[in-house]
Amino acid sequence: MISTVALLLWGPAALLGTAILAGVVSRRASATRLVYGAALVISVALLVTVAGHLAGRPGEVSAITLPLGLPWTGARFRLDGLSAFFLVVVNLGGAITSLYGLGYGRHESQPHRVLPFYPAFLAGMNLVVLANDAFAFLLSWEFMSLASWALVMSHHRDEANRRAAYIYLVMASFGTLALLLAFGLLAGPAGTYAFDAMRAAQPGPLAAGVVLALMLLGAGSKAGLVPLHAWLPLAHPAAPSHVSALMSGIMTKVAIYGFIRVVFDLLGAPAWWSGVVVLLLGGTTAVLGILYALMEKDLKRLLAYSTIENIGVIFASLGLALAFKANAMPSAAALAFTAALFHVLNHSFFKSLLFFGAGAVLTATGERDMEKLGGLIHRMPVTSFVFLVGCVSISALPPFNGFASEWLAFQAILQSPQLPQWGLKVIVPAVGGMLALSAALAAACFVKAFGITFLGRPRSAAVERTHEVDRWSLAAMAVLAIFCLLAGILPGFVIDGLSPVTLPLIGDRMPVQTAQPWLSIVPIAESRSSYNGLLVFVFITISASLAAFFIHRFASHALRRGIAWGCGFAETAPAAQYTAVSFAQPIRRVFGSFAFRARETVEMPAPGSLEPARIKIDIHDVAWETFYQPITGAIDFATERLNYLQFLTIRRYLTLVFLYLVILLLVLALWP
Amino acid sequence: MALILQLAVQGAQMLLVLLLAPLLIGFVRKVKARLLRRQGPSLIQPYRDLIRLMRKEVVLADNASWLFRVTPYLIFAATWVAAALVPTFAAGLQFSWTADLIVIVALLGSARFFQALAGMDVGTSFGGIGASREVMIASLAEPAMLLIVFSLALVAGATQLSTVAAFMGSPEVGLRVSLGMSLIALVMVAIAENARIPVDNPATHLELTMVHEAMILEYSGRHLAMIELATFLKLLLYVSLISCVFLPWGLAHAGAGPKALALGAVAYLVKLAVLAILLAVFETAVAKMRVFRVPDFLGAALMLALLGALLLFVSRSL
Repeated sequence: MISTVALLLWGPAALLGTAILAGVVSRRASATRLVYGAALVISVALLVTVAGHLAGRPGEVSAITLPLGLPWTGARFRLDGLSAFFLVVVNLGGAITSLYGLGYGRHESQPHRVLPFYPAFLAGMNLVVLANDAFAFLLSWEFMSLASWALVMSHHRDEANRRAAYIYLVMASFGTLALLLAFGLLAGPAGTYAFDAMRAAQPGPLAAGVVLALMLLGAGSKAGLVPLHAWLPLAHPAAPSHVSALMSGIMTKVAIYGFIRVVFDLLGAPAWWSGVVVLLLGGTTAVLGILYALMEKDLKRLLAYSTIENIGVIFASLGLALAFKANAMPSAAALAFTAALFHVLNHSFFKSLLFFGAGAVLTATGERDMEKLGGLIHRMPVTSFVFLVGCVSISALPPFNGFASEWLAFQAILQSPQLPQWGLKVIVPAVGGMLALSAALAAACFVKAFGITFLGRPRSAAVERTHEVDRWSLAAMAVLAIFCLLAGILPGFVIDGLSPVTLPLIGDRMPVQTAQPWLSIVPIAESRSSYNGLLVFVFITISASLAAFFIHRFASHALRRGIAWGCGFAETAPAAQYTAVSFAQPIRRVFGSFAFRARETVEMPAPGSLEPARIKIDIHDVAWETFYQPITGAIDFATERLNYLQFLTIRRYLTLVFLYLVILLLVLALWP
Repeated sequence: MALILQLAVQGAQMLLVLLLAPLLIGFVRKVKARLLRRQGPSLIQPYRDLIRLMRKEVVLADNASWLFRVTPYLIFAATWVAAALVPTFAAGLQFSWTADLIVIVALLGSARFFQALAGMDVGTSFGGIGASREVMIASLAEPAMLLIVFSLALVAGATQLSTVAAFMGSPEVGLRVSLGMSLIALVMVAIAENARIPVDNPATHLELTMVHEAMILEYSGRHLAMIELATFLKLLLYVSLISCVFLPWGLAHAGAGPKALALGAVAYLVKLAVLAILLAVFETAVAKMRVFRVPDFLGAALMLALLGALLLFVSRSL
């Protein structure tokens, strides 16, 4: 009997095989269909295998050591509850993205730059989740980064894309370095690279603190925690849209997997202040991420910034779980941890859906700039409907899935007055307020995203000629929209499905939800709080139908089309509509002055002049200016100085070498 | 049998909020008019308005989409469901566990989301200005509301409204600073959410500072009737919410007999009348503020709510 993990490893192997094959045949016309079809089949096979494992033996751990990699380490792989859950996220996302790619990929101008790397990227993400030693983990992590880098570079003729890819590469290397150091600390002087050995060894408090900081740098930079997010809104939109969906919806989740694996699993019992750090970072990330998104007028960049917000929400829940775990409150920790994982799943659904929608808009109109779109609801009815479902879900509105996970997070926050530490007592309600603020701003942001892109009148000629996209893309988006609704109205099944993940890591699980009457979710007790998405959905449907029936039966049916009311002035120019920038203006005035140092200056023409008046908006990325510019400045300065070494005479070089040798020998001689 | 009775009470509650909502608006308008020494329209004028709107034809802008036509029903349904889940005369009804206070707030958020989208559908500047200001107000009012929910939940140990109402009616509540702050914040949020003076003026059209009316400017006929009814329901919802949490006297509790239910109904009507008069007096006494003063107003509500929640995190007895 072959173990499940060995069976699962055939998946990445097959994906790598597909990648090599794609490298050979990618210039042929049929290559697109072949590669995405193969990726779809393999992802579905992986998904079925994991689902079978979860259904049959959810708590079982299966491990394998392969004679790969360095001769004395080998490569260890392992499947447990946590990796099984993230495998579901990765492969569900991978399968639906491949389905979308079957249609979307045909519009790709240079398929040979995308096709070989796409399956390799999927393989990398699968391997990260399965890895069971530091070597295999880092290798797969780096492989995943490089494959996605190649995909970001696929449209390399655009200067902006090259810059995005460069920044991404630098940040990814930096992140891997942080992870390498974290694993080095965990491995200790014995150099045990296997996760099992790390789990058994308990690091001291100082080492644990440093590992946490390094994980926040390493996994946090990949996930997009503020202030390490700078690369994300550049790189994610630069890739082809289905790859953007994978990067935003799935790869950030793999980064979260890395964080959970180390901090919750390998690091042992957390200190209470680690919860404070993660909570604060999460809350700040959520609010700043969505504020950036609101200021954006490029649809794909808006979505990328909104990913940062959702990562913040997930990290805030994880921080809460850490705080509860440190204070031995396992049931509350299980609630917060479940909320985080549920949001991981939900975000992978709706963010993929939204990026697919943005991709559909991009193929149909050739535009990402919202200021040139508008009125697409008439020309792309299906895309606009599913995009609307995604917008409602991501805005945390009932009865869709985003609300279910945010509701759980709020319930977890309400458990926190029992925490003993004052730091946590003050931080938790503040972070709760930040999460509420980010949820409200997310709704504002997606009113803007949908309203400017799909509603109103067309703002450019390109939109007038558009039509609906192909069936493959529509099918992929429809599947995700259905998932968004299902996870929202039947959250109990998801929560129960998450119990094999929380049980080993937290030591507790949420109460069984599917046994509740009417499929409500009840985190603690029905008298305290409960939510029934199914009934809310049914009630809304019934009330709306009742109202529609009543109106149809008793009210007037007369309907007349006329021109819109413009106070007597018919607005003919579509440019007179509200735009993305003007829509965000009130919020920019309220929050922008401190978050972005935003300034608006109006340039009035001289009296009598017929020049138009101009408004100039000045927005600063504070994180970029405070953290990145000094660092890049320092590096520039140092390299300028070191450049001097390039122009020495041979004698001086020999002197340098000699001095270096002497110093080295001295160090060796004096080393105790 | 008990289930049928329970369902009947729940159904009665749904009908009650639907029927009372226009009356509440009529009453507020009447009191405001009397305060200004005007005769004012009759109490049942809002019903007449609704019926008249239903009979009129709908004039739809040329490029209005399906979303524009579906939205009135969605707004109405979400608001109605939310209003029916707030205890009015009785708590602990059959379906009260369907949604707690967070869900009720979020349901109103859903209604607002679609209303703002509908405002942008036709593509006029009025719709855009209304939608963009509405989401700005909501982005401050919603977190304030959630922090109020946190405070209530920490005092009562639940977000379930029936449990909160039962706890607030019990003698162990006492006077608490945090509850006072929550009450003030809740009133401020309610004023902003319902587009009342001083945040927005429900009585004008075509004023540059308007928010709510600008969003629905393109609506007419039966669509407008649904939206108006939803607006009425929302005011009733907030008044019921304030009265069930902060004035829980007379509220019938789970499993109460007909006598308690009748008493609850009378008490509810009295509370509605008192709060409506207070609202009318307040609206008559203050002037409408500039739209960019609204963030300060709501920021104060947010800070009060946060302070209340913080106090409770520090000590459960404050």
